[in-house]
Amino acid sequence: MSAPTATPSLPRSERAWSRRAVRLAEAATTPLLPADYLDLFAPLRPGAALRGRIVEVVPETADAATLVIKPGSDWAGHLPGQYVRVGVDVDGVRQWRAYSLTHGARRDGHLSITVKAVPDGVVSTYLVREAKPGTLVHLEQAAGDFVLPGEGGKFLMVTAGSGITPVIGMLRNLFPSTAQGVLRPARSSAYDIVVLHVAPSEPDSIFLRDLQALDAAGAIRLVARYDDTHGVLDVDSLTDLVPDLAERVTFACGPAGLLDALEAHHDEAGLALQTEKFRVSRVAVGEGGSVSFAQSGTTVDADGGTPILDAAEEAGVLMPSGCRMGVCFGCVLPLTEGAVRDLRNGEVTVATPGDNVIVQTCINAAAGPCEFDH
Amino acid sequence: MTVMQKKADNPIAHLTSADIEQLGRELDAIRQSILDTRGADDAAYIRKVIATQRYLELGSRAVLLFSIFPPAWLVGTAGLGVAKILENMEIGHNVLHGQWDWMRDPKIHSTTWEWDNATPAEQWKHSHNELHHTYTNVIGKDNDLGYGIMRVDEDQPWTPAALGQVGYNFVNMMFFEYGIAAYDLELRGNLARGGTKDPKFKENARKVVRKIRRQATKDYVVHPLLALPTGSFLPTLAANAVANVIRNVWSHSVIMCGHFPEGVETFEKRSIDGETKGEWYVRQMLGSANISGSKLMHIMTGNLSHQIEHHLFPDLPSNRYAEIAPQVQALFEKYGLTYCARPLVPQVYSAWHKVVRLSLPNGWLETTSVKNLPSQLKLLYGMVKGGPRVRRAAQARMVQQARKAREAKAAAAPVAEERAAA
Repeated sequence: MSAPTATPSLPRSERAWSRRAVRLAEAATTPLLPADYLDLFAPLRPGAALRGRIVEVVPETADAATLVIKPGSDWAGHLPGQYVRVGVDVDGVRQWRAYSLTHGARRDGHLSITVKAVPDGVVSTYLVREAKPGTLVHLEQAAGDFVLPGEGGKFLMVTAGSGITPVIGMLRNLFPSTAQGVLRPARSSAYDIVVLHVAPSEPDSIFLRDLQALDAAGAIRLVARYDDTHGVLDVDSLTDLVPDLAERVTFACGPAGLLDALEAHHDEAGLALQTEKFRVSRVAVGEGGSVSFAQSGTTVDADGGTPILDAAEEAGVLMPSGCRMGVCFGCVLPLTEGAVRDLRNGEVTVATPGDNVIVQTCINAAAGPCEFDH
Repeated sequence: MTVMQKKADNPIAHLTSADIEQLGRELDAIRQSILDTRGADDAAYIRKVIATQRYLELGSRAVLLFSIFPPAWLVGTAGLGVAKILENMEIGHNVLHGQWDWMRDPKIHSTTWEWDNATPAEQWKHSHNELHHTYTNVIGKDNDLGYGIMRVDEDQPWTPAALGQVGYNFVNMMFFEYGIAAYDLELRGNLARGGTKDPKFKENARKVVRKIRRQATKDYVVHPLLALPTGSFLPTLAANAVANVIRNVWSHSVIMCGHFPEGVETFEKRSIDGETKGEWYVRQMLGSANISGSKLMHIMTGNLSHQIEHHLFPDLPSNRYAEIAPQVQALFEKYGLTYCARPLVPQVYSAWHKVVRLSLPNGWLETTSVKNLPSQLKLLYGMVKGGPRVRRAAQARMVQQARKAREAKAAAAPVAEERAAA
């Protein structure tokens, strides 16, 4: 390898020329960018915003499908088990969701995600039932380090409460759960997985039923511990529940208290541990709530009948504002997480992390805790 | 025109405040019906318009590379003019209103859009979305009324400067985008009260200069240079200039039709103190005028031909205004209000007629005939030379004369009819 330079293939004078060409193209297209015109012809070219084109929709079961997507030239690749955020326009509105990528690199350079249509799932229902080959979708680069090694192995998954979600994603991709039952494809035979699920009491959830189905099919071994029947889990008793704990790599996802206890336990025992902080993907919608402004570091308690703009100004936050009646869009701010309710017609807008939904603060009130990038 | 509250026949005198609130609820229901059905078709519409505009601009600019040939010049110039109109009207104006924000597409969003116009989007959004759309037609609050350079209402005192307003309006029409930029900067007011030293003003002025420089470099340097190899430098430069003027004249004319024609009401400043949502709706209804016409007319005006619907619901997607227009018109009828709509030519004529009429003192046109023209001109000259008191007195006399003449005519009319019948 020679000494690393930024663009070693081009001599200095050519670089200067290409810079000049770019500047000229920009001067010819202002106030737009050359990319805005190139996107008309080649949306997947190098340098374009990252997109993909659906090349195939393979129905797996009555309610699940695998989408094969040709990513744009700048797709940087991924590790099995990472997830990719996909943006699709459903009823004209751009919606982003994360889907796990469990396969390795494919020969054709495409990527595939398996989606199960969940009840009331706007995006999953669209992808399974309506998405057509040829449709452009928006992508982000693959992300996530809660990744199962591609070559398989012995693992313990400790999940608590909603911490079950990413693990379910992994397991579903290893062992697709279909209307005909749990599939155990050859690629998954190298994985020996025990799931220890912890909850205050036995929940009535589709996820738990999934785990039970996986257990019944012999794909995993499920150990469920409920505080009300079994008492609060003591991490020191892990080896009683999982006798071959020492041979396993532990993946844990849940609230900070549990993760801290596990870390201490595994450190002492010299065991491998990978953790993922509990992520709430479902936003609780209510009446009013605490509104926090990330940049100014202020938190305001707002009731369900007061516009966020008024509540924030009352508390001394310097806010952009305009007509104060929902007309001028001079007060808009990105809602990074939480829910707000339009005081004119009661419509609720929800944002999960990464969404950055831009909302009018003068006619929206807090509908639960929410956070703004301001 | 006189501010509505001073009129003898106030057009909303017959409405109780309960009526007005009920009207507001009915308008809210119309808005909600569009929100409930807004979706993939609307998104496809705006994306199609944007793609069409970009293909048209690319194609026209490609043709202009050969604009040394007159047919190419004509086709390219016309295409570029239409592309610029689409970009400003159906796309830029409406995107900057937040009409498409609901799509959550960062590339078609009021917070990220920049348009092919001298004024930076940020400054225009403040003066247009916030000031004009909130204070529509309130004398002294809505500077869109005459852009601060014209006398647009009988109640404004006549000054000799008004005599020039036909000329100002014509110049403003030809160079409209620069007029808007100056207007968004509140350049005239800032010059008058020495606000040009204000750091905020300086910052905004720098942004305008930068924007104008970029725009001018594109239209008058880069594209003509690209056409140089075919010897089309000057024709391309001329084509860009003409296309900009076409766009300026068109957008100025459409915008004049929105609030200037005869029959559109203006409002007193204190009439909006404590205004309810229903009253705000009524002000938008009476303060706007529509242009009737074909689907093509609506697209080329950016659906500002549905100015009334646009002012009631500035954030609804423009392609849906046509659909709600009959419902809105039915509400006008139900509540006994006048829906001001005319085809383009009469509406433009009406707006210009008002500019001419108000350039002269109240009553002057009415009391002037060929016979008394010399004496009327002498009177006008006296008003130009005289002070405010002279002007007020002379105008009062003319208004009285005009009223008497109207009354005499009204009294004589039945007699004339009887004669005709006999």
